[in-house]
Amino acid sequence: MFAATMQFDLGEDVNAMREMVHRWAQDRVRPMAEEIDRKNLFPPELWQEMGELGLLGVTVPEEYGGAGMSYLAHVIAVEEIARASASVSLSYGAHSNLCVNQIKLNGTDEQRAKYLPRLISGEHVGALAMSEAGAGSDVVSMKLRAEKRNDRFILNGTKYWITNGCDADTLVVYAKTDPEAGSKGITAFLIEKEMVGFSTSEHFDKLGMRGSNTAELIFEDVEVPFENILGEEGKGVRVLMSGLDYERVVLAGIGTGIMAACLDEIMPYMVERKQFGQSIGNFQLMQGKIADMYTAMNSARAYVYEVAKACDRGDVTRQDAAACCLYASEQAMVQAHQAVQAMGGAGFLSDSPVARIFRDAKLMEIGAGTSEIRRMLVGREMMGAMR
Amino acid sequence: MKVLVPVKRVIDYNVKVRVKADGSGVDLANVKMSMNPFDEIAVEEAIRLKEEGVASEVVAVSIGVKQAQETLRTALAMGADRAILIVAADDVHTDIEPLAVAKLLAAVVKEEEPGLVLAGKQAIDNDMNATGQMLSALLGWSQATFASEVTIEGDHALVTREVDGGLQTIKAKMPCIVTVDLRLNEPRYASLPNIMKAKKKPLDEKTPDDYGVDVSPRLSIVKTAEPPTRKAGVKVGSVDELITKLKDEAGVI
Repeated sequence: MFAATMQFDLGEDVNAMREMVHRWAQDRVRPMAEEIDRKNLFPPELWQEMGELGLLGVTVPEEYGGAGMSYLAHVIAVEEIARASASVSLSYGAHSNLCVNQIKLNGTDEQRAKYLPRLISGEHVGALAMSEAGAGSDVVSMKLRAEKRNDRFILNGTKYWITNGCDADTLVVYAKTDPEAGSKGITAFLIEKEMVGFSTSEHFDKLGMRGSNTAELIFEDVEVPFENILGEEGKGVRVLMSGLDYERVVLAGIGTGIMAACLDEIMPYMVERKQFGQSIGNFQLMQGKIADMYTAMNSARAYVYEVAKACDRGDVTRQDAAACCLYASEQAMVQAHQAVQAMGGAGFLSDSPVARIFRDAKLMEIGAGTSEIRRMLVGREMMGAMR
Repeated sequence: MKVLVPVKRVIDYNVKVRVKADGSGVDLANVKMSMNPFDEIAVEEAIRLKEEGVASEVVAVSIGVKQAQETLRTALAMGADRAILIVAADDVHTDIEPLAVAKLLAAVVKEEEPGLVLAGKQAIDNDMNATGQMLSALLGWSQATFASEVTIEGDHALVTREVDGGLQTIKAKMPCIVTVDLRLNEPRYASLPNIMKAKKKPLDEKTPDDYGVDVSPRLSIVKTAEPPTRKAGVKVGSVDELITKLKDEAGVI
């Protein structure tokens, strides 16, 4: 554990929350991280525990069982969980932001009352599905078809790379209701696991983020009533894109958490590992390495926390949501790489924590939008401001 | 029955404590502070007594700097009903001595009239292990220290104490002071909704003057030093070599 770091001015509530999440994650999740990775399985009991701690509805008002707190608070929760296990944090983020927060933002009162309480208590698991095997960065080219038939929609097709896909009870799913209308023909639906014709694959075997269960969703004539439309028919892209800005900011916390985990793992090693008769941390090349890691971590935190505060004020821009996520994610990969380097042969062993962190960090440049797409967004927004 | 729980703000147990360069004390600049872990166990026990219907109200009290508010908020988030902060120092380096703390607590007890005081056996900063005992003497109440199990039975408490060589169970007449040890319980994590609710719970601020207690120190710190660094041990190749070394070098056998 490396605790000698700057205290950011996050307010009393968020500080108290960080303290609680930190302790819980270090006591409960960190000791499980190695096994979660090795077995590639999410411990289902964690949903209930997170529910009891009030972590699953951080940004949701109290009337639906939430904590009524800020996006900043949510970032901190994601960060502290990622510091213990990045894959648990990814599943947590998919549930509590992608699914729960999207229902909070776009759901009707009836939908919120129906779905949120059980998602927030941890009784139900949530997911969000936009990607398909043929539609990743080009998400609008999705093929999942939703055909209107009498008083319902009939869904046919598949979704791919869906975090919590095989565990989820409630899923926010985007489908084409009007294939000719391009981005204006997409609608968001609330899908329940029990709906007839809905099934999933087994969860995938992955390089990293193992234990955050990723699966394919299969829709075969799934009947979905109109009341399960999230937002408006044909306005799915608006739901999707607005949610993505918050998603990027909240998931950026996984990046800052990974960087904190890197320091937690290597700092004791800097003291314990002796070469040439002294601790390797006494050597300037190693001090340079840890100084760079510390600087990157707190720079990323400063940007991410500030963009999260902008989310709470209601004036976040796509440019900054994408930019802070780009920075925190790529720095997570860079610093995880350096953490393995700092531990040398010990870090290269498969069961070493830094090896796991290194593999987990790679997802940060791919999942929830690739680095390429994030760069494109930032650059495009910047050029847009010049027109 | 009302339960009073004194809590102290101390350096977090995970922090590596450093002595100030001039030896005048411990460096507290930008150091993480938390509730004394033994006090956390006392808070947890009090809340459990309330949940079992044995206690009716849990009042947390802290004596120290203004920032001890955060420590009290933690107690409130865990489930205490209200809190009292006695601001007795401006400087975070000022530690109020056990006798002054005990006198202040005695004054709070007279005002609040609790049936039980549950306190940590000691604070992990100065390790005095004195406040609970002094409070018992000042009030003339019975005391049960180092508790690893507490059961309230009508007008007395059955307390299992961790003593050298085993466990001792004593019966203490109520009202009493119980100081708690590590193995009494495992404190809960305060949930997020409870952290938010804690902000709305009452936290009264007082000063030592309100209770007429003089908190000026009676001890002066001569010197603070880090423990000597441990010298590296030696590796022995065989049992015979070990026995020889124990005989000839260490002279213990």
